[in-house]
Amino acid sequence: MKGLSENERVWIARDYLKCSGCRRCEIVCSLSHEGKIWPEASRIRVFMLIPGVEVPHLCVQCHDYPCLKVCPTKALSINKQTEAVIVDKEACVACGKCIDACPGKIPYIHPTENYALICDLCSGRPKCVEACAAGRWNALEIIKKSDTHTFKLYAKTPEIITRDIASQIYGKKWRETV
Amino acid sequence: MKGYAGKFLEVNLSSENVKETILDEEILSQYIGGRGLATKILWDKLGKNWERIEPLGSENLLLMLTGPLTGYVPGARLCVSGKSPQSNGVVGSTVGGEFSVELKCAGYDGIIFYGKAEKPVYLFIKDSEVELKPANHIWGKGSQETLKILVKECREELASRFPRRGLWKEPQIVYIGPAGEKRSRIAVVAAKWAHAAGYGGYGGVMGSKNLKAVVVKGTGPLPDVVDMKKVSTLINKILDINFRNIVFRRWGTGNLGHDVGSRISSEPVRNWQEEWHNEESYGSYEFEKYWVKRYWADFGCPTSCLKLAVIRSGPFEGAITDNPDYENQAYLGPNLGIFNAEENIYLTALIDELGLCGIQTGNVLGFAGELYEKGILTKQDLEGVELKWGDAKAFATLAQMIADRKGIGDILAEGTHRAALKISKLKGVDVSLYDVTEKGIAIGAHGIRSEEDYPGYESYACSVQAGDHTSVARIPLDHGNSELRSLLYDTGVFCWFNFFEKEAQDLLWPFIEAVTGWKITEKQWIETVGRKILHIQRALLLLGGPDMQWVPRKDDDVPLRWYIPLGAGPYKGKAVDRERLNRDRKEYYEAIGWDENGIPLPTELKRLGLKDVDRKLDEIRKPLPKY
Repeated sequence: MKGLSENERVWIARDYLKCSGCRRCEIVCSLSHEGKIWPEASRIRVFMLIPGVEVPHLCVQCHDYPCLKVCPTKALSINKQTEAVIVDKEACVACGKCIDACPGKIPYIHPTENYALICDLCSGRPKCVEACAAGRWNALEIIKKSDTHTFKLYAKTPEIITRDIASQIYGKKWRETV
Repeated sequence: MKGYAGKFLEVNLSSENVKETILDEEILSQYIGGRGLATKILWDKLGKNWERIEPLGSENLLLMLTGPLTGYVPGARLCVSGKSPQSNGVVGSTVGGEFSVELKCAGYDGIIFYGKAEKPVYLFIKDSEVELKPANHIWGKGSQETLKILVKECREELASRFPRRGLWKEPQIVYIGPAGEKRSRIAVVAAKWAHAAGYGGYGGVMGSKNLKAVVVKGTGPLPDVVDMKKVSTLINKILDINFRNIVFRRWGTGNLGHDVGSRISSEPVRNWQEEWHNEESYGSYEFEKYWVKRYWADFGCPTSCLKLAVIRSGPFEGAITDNPDYENQAYLGPNLGIFNAEENIYLTALIDELGLCGIQTGNVLGFAGELYEKGILTKQDLEGVELKWGDAKAFATLAQMIADRKGIGDILAEGTHRAALKISKLKGVDVSLYDVTEKGIAIGAHGIRSEEDYPGYESYACSVQAGDHTSVARIPLDHGNSELRSLLYDTGVFCWFNFFEKEAQDLLWPFIEAVTGWKITEKQWIETVGRKILHIQRALLLLGGPDMQWVPRKDDDVPLRWYIPLGAGPYKGKAVDRERLNRDRKEYYEAIGWDENGIPLPTELKRLGLKDVDRKLDEIRKPLPKY
């Protein structure tokens, strides 16, 4: 947030190796969106398919928004200012087509309600990043979004990310694990 | 009832019957959760015949309990309990990680296991759907394989049962390794890796029940609280206080090692023959070289005292563990004459993999090492192993023998104290001098001879959890490290490490109120609520049995070794002064409300409504000889 003016678009940069796995991001996200501590309803989810390989997983705002294109009920829209995907809870039928279309399989269905959960960037001031910065972990950081960069490259499944990170820190044999 | 999911799971492994129970608010408001509630449940269900209950038999219970503060207070833990096969009392043994939070999110405050499964099983909980599943395919497997297989198969099952939900995060798991399966008394209940409920020996209890693991996926929120806004404010205050703890954040408890434990002479060296060394090669910076993650944390924790150490090449390639933390650094390092970070990481990773406790195992390995040094155990006794100080591979071989209960490993798997009694008999030599334990529990790596570390003379002698360095007795009773304080953390259930500062400790009383609505003051905790739990724990420890029973007062002593002066270092010549120990112990008994033999006083028990405990204690209130 520092250095960014109100009207600039933000993007959440993520560095998996710096993630401590404290789940403070899940705590503040669910508190802010659901009023409760509710990891399974957090719009950012930390996957721990292998202990020590903690992967914060959240929407990357692809330039071509494949999720939007497949939504049969037009429940998904783009916020003009933040460019985040906004889910219309009433219109969404939880069909899961957006999940299939997402290259990172990032959206998922709310555990008790009938709609998909996707990061809305907290209207430009993401709580998860604040929580991460407060602890000086900086696994999540705010950067200025740029049209010239392919943020979509970050839209990978947690399995793929886990394989990459695990083989990097634990050795090649861990590639086969997930 | 706020802060609680409201239900407990009762799982009878013998009959494969699973049911939900509700505990009434009256019980919960008095015993809260975790260690407090475990003590109450064990007293109610097993108290009458306590001394006859075999901890590794099917009549023992295995408890996995959360507390109302779990998940809210930063740094979540789970409390594992039952009758301890180490002390024959109750130990509230806690383990960090996300399991306890996930369990509450599944709608349960805890699980009570009864009986024994006919064949190896694991329990799979998906919210209110609970199932016992065969575990033959993971029986015998170490930590890494067990986790890999369970995460994979449980995620696949979730995906096939709920195909439209999207990707499932991993479920949370607690499990045992091969040592627990072999009913070792020094086996742990493990989580993630390098996470363990060590003290108490509940890995052996879990193994004796043929229970390999518990897997839980809870999709609900944490239970409602009285005042979420206040809870959030209190969380942030606790975070801010601990973000300042730069030493623990950077090195975890590994900031000790050469830099502290040895410098102040409280670190076990060669089975506590010394508590000081001057090996610069064993400092914190040596360990940092192996870290692939500098800040590794459990749910909600600001401190991230965990660090991920990995050995990427050489003879120990593939070793993965935490930090190692100070206890493992000390017990699987200097205590075995090892002063090399890489060898220590290797041994710690091996102990994790086998499902053994770093403290109990490091203690019994050091004990065996000294018997070898003194010629009491020979190469032949050790099946060809030459157990020389500093030989990491030799100690690794012996650790593997302990996990397999092979040869002498079968005796050592009983823990140091029981092994010492057996070996004394077998060899016709009294080896009690080399037995550095307190009431069956190997003492944490914080000696008292130099009087520079945080435990005092009364700490282990009077603790209801004996050698457990995370639950030490202190006077006055409102001491920052008092056992009543540890009891609060283990009952809450959350991590001690975010509450070193008085400023943070004082936030806990308003925290309890914001979560549960119960107003408990520090004074009330010390005088009634906590005291009552401590008395029951003390009563059960003294009732003990069936293989051994502690003698009141006589066994409230410290290891013989600690009466021998330190031989080197800045505290050379210092030893425990018996007269002063007797004085401190007497003073503690008086302060806490125990008689001259350390048995809770009838007046005290009546005051707290514990008449049944008082009646039971009459069985051991016989006239005692003078010691």
